[in-house]
Amino acid sequence: MNREAAELTKTLVTCRDVRHRYGDREALRGVSLSMSGGEIFALLGPNGSGKTTLFRLMSTLVPIQDGRIEVDGIDTARDPLAVRGRIGIVFQSPSLDKKLTVDENIACQGALYGLSGKELRRRRDEVLTAMRLTDRRGELCEKLSGGLKRRVELAKGMLHHPRVMLLDEPSTGLDPSARLDLWQALRAMSDSGVAVILTTHLLDEADKSDRLAIMAEGVVIAEGAPEALRREMGEGMVTVSAGDLDAVERVLRDELQLPVQRAGHQLRIRSDRAATLVPQLAERLGDRVQSIAVGRPGLEDVFISKTGHQFL
Amino acid sequence: MPTATPVQTPVSGPSRFEQSSVAVASDDPMTPSAARSGEPLPMTLGLAAAWMLAKREWVRFFRQRNRVISAVVQPLLFWLLFGTGLRGSFVGAGDQNFLEYFLPGTIALIVLFTAIFATISVIEDRREGFMQSVLVAPVGRWPVLFGKVLGGSAIAWVQAVLFLLLVILFGAAPLTASLAPTLLLLALMAAAMCGLGMIVAWPMDSTQGFHAVMMLGLMPMWLLSGAFFPIPAIGGDATVGQWVLGGIMRANPLSYAMVELRRLIYPSIDFAAYGFAPAPVICWSVTLGFAIVALWIAWRLMRGSRRADLIV
Repeated sequence: MNREAAELTKTLVTCRDVRHRYGDREALRGVSLSMSGGEIFALLGPNGSGKTTLFRLMSTLVPIQDGRIEVDGIDTARDPLAVRGRIGIVFQSPSLDKKLTVDENIACQGALYGLSGKELRRRRDEVLTAMRLTDRRGELCEKLSGGLKRRVELAKGMLHHPRVMLLDEPSTGLDPSARLDLWQALRAMSDSGVAVILTTHLLDEADKSDRLAIMAEGVVIAEGAPEALRREMGEGMVTVSAGDLDAVERVLRDELQLPVQRAGHQLRIRSDRAATLVPQLAERLGDRVQSIAVGRPGLEDVFISKTGHQFL
Repeated sequence: MPTATPVQTPVSGPSRFEQSSVAVASDDPMTPSAARSGEPLPMTLGLAAAWMLAKREWVRFFRQRNRVISAVVQPLLFWLLFGTGLRGSFVGAGDQNFLEYFLPGTIALIVLFTAIFATISVIEDRREGFMQSVLVAPVGRWPVLFGKVLGGSAIAWVQAVLFLLLVILFGAAPLTASLAPTLLLLALMAAAMCGLGMIVAWPMDSTQGFHAVMMLGLMPMWLLSGAFFPIPAIGGDATVGQWVLGGIMRANPLSYAMVELRRLIYPSIDFAAYGFAPAPVICWSVTLGFAIVALWIAWRLMRGSRRADLIV
């Protein structure tokens, strides 16, 4: 690997045994992760899994209590201001001044990151072009649609050329085409060597990342590329829904000796010969079942197999 | 802040992200920001950030026309109504009628109102999300305070001065050489009021709370400063009520600014002969001290309170 390529994929964020409590509640119970330049890393987890806490710790909004987070080799506890200069942040809730225009919002951001004059104007043109906002630059932010606002947020975050981009639930409130735009922008950023880290509770969104960590109750329960995690789950997945789940579960477990896992109102069976299993099940269970579906395992199955309950 | 002008960007479609992708690689010679050097931003950049935040206050203020109107019209109405209504039943120092007596008080009210509404915007900034991107910027806290106070007191000062000039133009107050120190005193009062407003607004999560404090704390402070009625003498034949009221009003730092403001607007009247009127040096020192203490407490509060950072 040549030097430039190594520079692009360098480890930029490391979390070591990070713990955090809010009063009595333990929000993070020892999280260790690392993220590199050039990758889109998703922190996937349901509400309350600790991903937003981790996001706040990485963004230096909340001081670290226990453990260590380094960004580009700098300890967030020791030098938060230097870390802040290296990260771009897009919050879940909007951070635009609605009474200002797109241009003015970005100028404000520039001043906060030490950019001014010609350099600010150059960077502003650059991010507005990258986010395709050039024709909206004179508009007040309160007049923009949700998708456009999000793009302005991204433009703000990119302005100071951060090494690490942190996004908290970036696609909340976006329609499908705006989501697609967002992901194109994220991909372009990661291609240029930025470590893009986002939190999400949407499985299909995490599926688009290069690598992800699934979080539940303050710990990382699985980490890896989406395909690798799915592969661990085997080739196929049969999902059975029925009115009397208990009875059906007994049949499957005791009579057919299948590895059944119950998740919500469904029974799930991991199987490498799912296609041949379906007629067998249909025959054995008859009209006791409402549906039998066969599919390839998804990230939800990873979550269910590790936690024993459904991803919600 | 450069306002919106339609700008044609020379950069065309296909090059969307390339410029920034070059810049992210570590050898961007044109990056003065902390993102590259990793050093905390020096003082000058903090000042630039504060200046930008002050300008933002200014732009926002004039875009919300009802704020402009209410900040001037309300004190003007107060002045005309009370001044005219109480004209016959009041004789002040140097045979002043109430319209004349109440003029410095009205100007103080303009400063107070405008400064308060400028600092209340901290709460809005937080609720609308703008503040979170400021709090994670590598400039730290003091530019936030400095920018708010600078912007807010500039707005308050300009309004008060415009009102004063209007009054002089219509002949309701004499134009004298003491106008210059008047302007300085007003600036000092505006800074003190903004500091006070920040102390109240920073830890608050709702504007309702601010209004409560305003009605219970800030308005009485103004009422008990000699702005609306003279400070009672506490001599030998004073009643208990006069002692209490006179004592409170003498302890109010705003009273000293009011005495000096009155003296500067009507330099021909010898107020010391009629009642409470400490020497100019005392009035100036108290006002200056008031401003410094208010800003210092606001600064301590902003530095110390991490809790307020998370109010979104």
